[in-house]
Amino acid sequence: MSSVRFNGRGVWAIYKFEMARFRRTWMQSLVTPVITTSLYFVVFGAAIGSRMSEVGGVPYGAFIVPGLIMLSLLTEGLSSASFGIFFPKFTGTIYELLSAPVSAFEIVLGYVGAAATKSVILGLVILATASLFVPLKIMHPAAMVAFLLLTAVSFSLFGFITGIWAKGFEHLQFVPMLVITPLTFLGGAFYSIDMLPPAWRTITLFNPVVYLISGFRWSFYGSSDVSVGWSLAATLGFFALCLVLIVWIFKTGYRLKN
Amino acid sequence: MAAPILDIRNLSKTYASGLTALADVSLQISKGEIFALLGPNGAGKTTLISIVCGIATASSGTASVAGHDIVGGYRAARTLIGLVPQELSTDTWETVLATVNYSRELFGRAPNRAFVEKTLRDLSLWEKRNDRIMTLSGGMKRRVMIAKALAHEPEVLFLDEPTAGVDVELRRDMWALVHEMRSRGVTIILTTHYIDEAEEMADRIGVISRGKLILVEEKLALMRQLGKKQLTVQLTEPLQQLPTGLADWPLELTNDGTQLQFRFDANAERTGIPGLLRRLDELGVGYKDLHTAQSSLEEIFVSLVSERESGRHV
Ligand SMILES: Nc1ncnc2c1ncn2[C@@H]1O[C@H](COP(=O)(O)OP(=O)(O)OP(=O)(O)O)[C@@H](O)[C@H]1O
Ligand SMILES: [Mg+2]
Repeated sequence: MSSVRFNGRGVWAIYKFEMARFRRTWMQSLVTPVITTSLYFVVFGAAIGSRMSEVGGVPYGAFIVPGLIMLSLLTEGLSSASFGIFFPKFTGTIYELLSAPVSAFEIVLGYVGAAATKSVILGLVILATASLFVPLKIMHPAAMVAFLLLTAVSFSLFGFITGIWAKGFEHLQFVPMLVITPLTFLGGAFYSIDMLPPAWRTITLFNPVVYLISGFRWSFYGSSDVSVGWSLAATLGFFALCLVLIVWIFKTGYRLKN
Repeated sequence: MAAPILDIRNLSKTYASGLTALADVSLQISKGEIFALLGPNGAGKTTLISIVCGIATASSGTASVAGHDIVGGYRAARTLIGLVPQELSTDTWETVLATVNYSRELFGRAPNRAFVEKTLRDLSLWEKRNDRIMTLSGGMKRRVMIAKALAHEPEVLFLDEPTAGVDVELRRDMWALVHEMRSRGVTIILTTHYIDEAEEMADRIGVISRGKLILVEEKLALMRQLGKKQLTVQLTEPLQQLPTGLADWPLELTNDGTQLQFRFDANAERTGIPGLLRRLDELGVGYKDLHTAQSSLEEIFVSLVSERESGRHV
């Protein structure tokens, strides 16, 4: 029995548990974001976009698609993973996870895997919805999938960390509302940062979300605000940072064990 | 004695608050034993269990289950352990069957419908298997927690106050379950504030007070050693004071002089009772009733703990 090195069944159990939650609330999980995105297209794409010129040769409606997908991806990964691990802490059922023969790595794999799966599904659903409103093209499909997956996983990791850090539901709201949404809106989801005055452009370059959206948009239209290399580096850097934090959390038992 | 299945050595725990909840606790429990851990609120029972199960970390000391260290060999150790914690905490939207299957898989066990069905039936949960947990009553939720703890067929079962706040029926079911588990060779460590429960079920009893294990003893030996019997003599006429002729016996006059209390050691060769009764006749003290009572584990336990506490303050 001591020869067991990896509790695959345990990971699968956590994964299925989390996905079942998603299926139970599929109305909230999928329908709500689809409606919200459709509204964006109606407002920004059709109403405002028709009066706007193209951005870098891309019609405005199509231009905002990668940013919108990123926005949903970040929010879903973050909220799903943070809620997933926070809720057992809140109800006390975390005792079972802590007393089970699963390693920290396996716990993270289960929760983050499920959260990332959900956000990728959501991203693809939004992509499909968008294709109904605007003409889309994906110039670099492999890069697009890579950015999609890497971002989904990174922000699910970040969400997991938030869920462990959170002491109450208001903390869970705090990060998406006060950090992610502003960074995304100011991160070039709806405009190219070239449109900004020079001073603001420099400030914007400190916003990590700029790199995610820029790289993702490049995989669609081949043009970007910052170079793809920088985008990839920033995404990987964020991913690595989250990994380091998680390792530290489990090493120290931070807010998990007494 | 065979190697103990649970081996706790010099375990101490000081919480971040600075409070020392466990101080140098060592305890060996052999396979198939039912061990009852008694102690007042805040004594450290839950802390001890939490450390062995991996929910809290020890400040110092070690513990192992069937030779597997709870830290270094945590996978093997935890696979053998089942835990029903003191606090009632269950999933909410999941069904009973789903949550029990989840527990089994989480512990790395292959699905086994027949076993899960039997476990749910034993706990009268089978009819409710498709109900969402949040729709169950508190007692039913506790049954679900027990089913979850049993789902992966543990060999060592921790029951932290399993019968606190449950009705008579569940209590009886619990006892039946514990006896059945024991007959299968499962080792059970339980905590309780109902001393009759410990008296009824346990093979050995440990008393913990302020983080220290102050006594570990076979239940029967404990009751024999510390169990004093008391004879109560109901007098026909009240006495003002003890007649000097009775000075040979440690007697007490109670209940306004209508009762004589005599504490004696039931294990002694001579209890002194026949002589006492003869002397009462000689002195013309009439009595209408006699009865004896044995001190329960509860009395033993209370006197033990209070002796300790007063000893500390003197
Ligand atoms: N997480 C914690 N942080 C700080 N102190 C704690 C924590 N958990 C328990 N304690 C303290 O440790 C001591 C032992 O608590 P524990 O829960 O182990 O007692 P117990 O014997 O199980 O009591 P009860 O019979 O009430 O369940 C108590 O003084 C308690 O206040
Ligand atoms: Mg307790």
